[in-house]
Amino acid sequence: MAVGAGSIELAGLVKSFDGFVNAVDGVNITIPDKAYCCLLGPSGCGKTTILRMIAGHDDPTAGEILIGGENVVGLAPVARRTAMMFQSYALFPHLNVRDNIAFSLRVRGMSKAARHKAADAMMEKVRLSEFADRLPAQLSGGQQQRVALARAAITEPRVLLLDEPLSALDEFLRIQMRQELRSMQRDLGITFVHVTHTQLEAIALADLVVVMEKGKIRQAGAAREVYASPKDRYVAEFLGGQNVLTGQVRTVNGHHAVVAAPTGTGITVPLTPGVRVDVGDPITIAVRRDDVEIVGPGHAPDAGEKTASVSSRVTAIEYQGYFVKVMLDAGNNADFVVYVSERKFFTNPVNVGDAVLATWPVDHARILAHDH
Amino acid sequence: MNAAVRGAVAVPPVSKAVAAHAIAPRAGGRPWTFYVLSTVFVFYVLALYGPMICIYVLSFQDVRGGLVFPMRGLSLHWFVDLFTQVRTGDVKGSFERSIKLAAIVTVATVIMSFLAGWAFRRRFVGDGVVFYLMIGSLVAPGLVLSIGVGLVLHFIGVEGAWYTSAIGAQLSWTLPFGVLVMFAVMSRFDRAWEEAAYDLGATRWQTIRLVVIPILAPGLVAVALFGFTLSYDEFARTLQTAGSLNTLPLEIWTMTLNITSPSLYALGTVTTIISFVIIAICLGAIASIQKRRAVRVPAI
Repeated sequence: MAVGAGSIELAGLVKSFDGFVNAVDGVNITIPDKAYCCLLGPSGCGKTTILRMIAGHDDPTAGEILIGGENVVGLAPVARRTAMMFQSYALFPHLNVRDNIAFSLRVRGMSKAARHKAADAMMEKVRLSEFADRLPAQLSGGQQQRVALARAAITEPRVLLLDEPLSALDEFLRIQMRQELRSMQRDLGITFVHVTHTQLEAIALADLVVVMEKGKIRQAGAAREVYASPKDRYVAEFLGGQNVLTGQVRTVNGHHAVVAAPTGTGITVPLTPGVRVDVGDPITIAVRRDDVEIVGPGHAPDAGEKTASVSSRVTAIEYQGYFVKVMLDAGNNADFVVYVSERKFFTNPVNVGDAVLATWPVDHARILAHDH
Repeated sequence: MNAAVRGAVAVPPVSKAVAAHAIAPRAGGRPWTFYVLSTVFVFYVLALYGPMICIYVLSFQDVRGGLVFPMRGLSLHWFVDLFTQVRTGDVKGSFERSIKLAAIVTVATVIMSFLAGWAFRRRFVGDGVVFYLMIGSLVAPGLVLSIGVGLVLHFIGVEGAWYTSAIGAQLSWTLPFGVLVMFAVMSRFDRAWEEAAYDLGATRWQTIRLVVIPILAPGLVAVALFGFTLSYDEFARTLQTAGSLNTLPLEIWTMTLNITSPSLYALGTVTTIISFVIIAICLGAIASIQKRRAVRVPAI
């Protein structure tokens, strides 16, 4: 078989709850076997609905869901060999850890001795053995999550679906459990689909990040790809870390376009293959915040045509530890932020109110596709 | 108080003890409203339980006892009388009928309230109308309802009995309460539990048996308690529907009309004790379920 057991293919997937609005609006994506995939988007973008449709808790209005090459629409979760971890974990409050984990074996008719043996082995694996007789209410958030994971994993699924698994935890635990999820995925060797609205979580974990908005996929790709090369303004702004500038194209020559900047001489950007640019068009460009350098007052900008720049004024400075966040007022683009490494900032500090020049290598700017 | 403090400060050579006493906060530093409301509350409790307590106390008189204070002697005479004298009425029979009736009504109330609560997890067409139809019978005056049921039975030519028409009439009283309690219980039921069970391969029936009912158990016990106590002392709705044989409340009512001895009070004491025992059993069951699930170890 060409496709792995845990590969997921969504084809023309549509879900409408009321018959008028499509919560999921024509989604096509292939998630490879044994991949860690994050569905990323704001609340209400349809990411949880997609997860629930893969899990078999909601039926699609139209389209197909293929797992391991076979259409699973209409099948029960067990028949799909998927398992879901719920946002609240949904641990059974009246059952202790062992019985929670053994639940799926119990409903399958496995004897008490056999299922307890299997549950004990699973608890060993996720370091829960000492909590076997506790009830969920007697566990911490992180422990509860491990029980939920173990309860799902014992069904030996080929796909594990996680609905905002870290949202119930505090910041410290979230980062710790994030790593645990990733190593669990490697150990189990199965596909994970993880729904989140936190971009840091998505890019830290995922092999495949799927950025969604209003029931549609805006961009899908490796974490570095969606972060460093966002396709359009929405993705750039949702993933963060980018300055998005708009302007009119003044000239186009071969490999570059020059955009009329609100201040300064004009910004040169390399053309993106596939994005058509004509003189006079309004275009949107993105520059990573950590690619921008601040040239303080009294310093001449780096000479040479390989640099683009915007002259501006410092509006705020935030110390962030390993870097310093400098906010600039760059004309109509109110939100222009520069991440300066901590050492670099303090060798040549600027103050709020200083007139500065924000510069970056021309090749580091990108033209974004038009928003729909 | 303030004056005392000022005095203590103004006059240095006071003893340490006096100063400490003056500065220490007043023992009962409460506003006057506390005393007024406490008094009202005490009268409220007296009015609530006083009459019942009088009955219980008077039931322990000896053979000379009468229906009013003062108390004459102290014995269990009237309790013995209750269970030996035929003239006191059919206490044993009516008690048995009442217990059986209450048991049947309880089971029916628990099952129907559970199913209604289950149905109302989601909205459906006409759910508001159905809800108000269920609750509406609470508003209907019991005696009128009872007469109505009696009339209908007469019209269709069916003989009323405690095990037929009375069950129906009592359910019109216990079900609305049961459903309301069930709604409160269901509001804390997380549907994700149900979905998790389905996700893990449980059938619908396994989900209900292994997940839903155990989680809802304390609430179901509460519904049962309501059903039992409401049925056990139901009077108005049972009056015209119990047929020729009396339930206990009807029997007591009859006795008040023709018995003039403290055995009536003894009966009241006995039935109250039975009620309390049943309530204690139910609350104990709920408490033990809750305790089992309580957070005993602080989260780490």
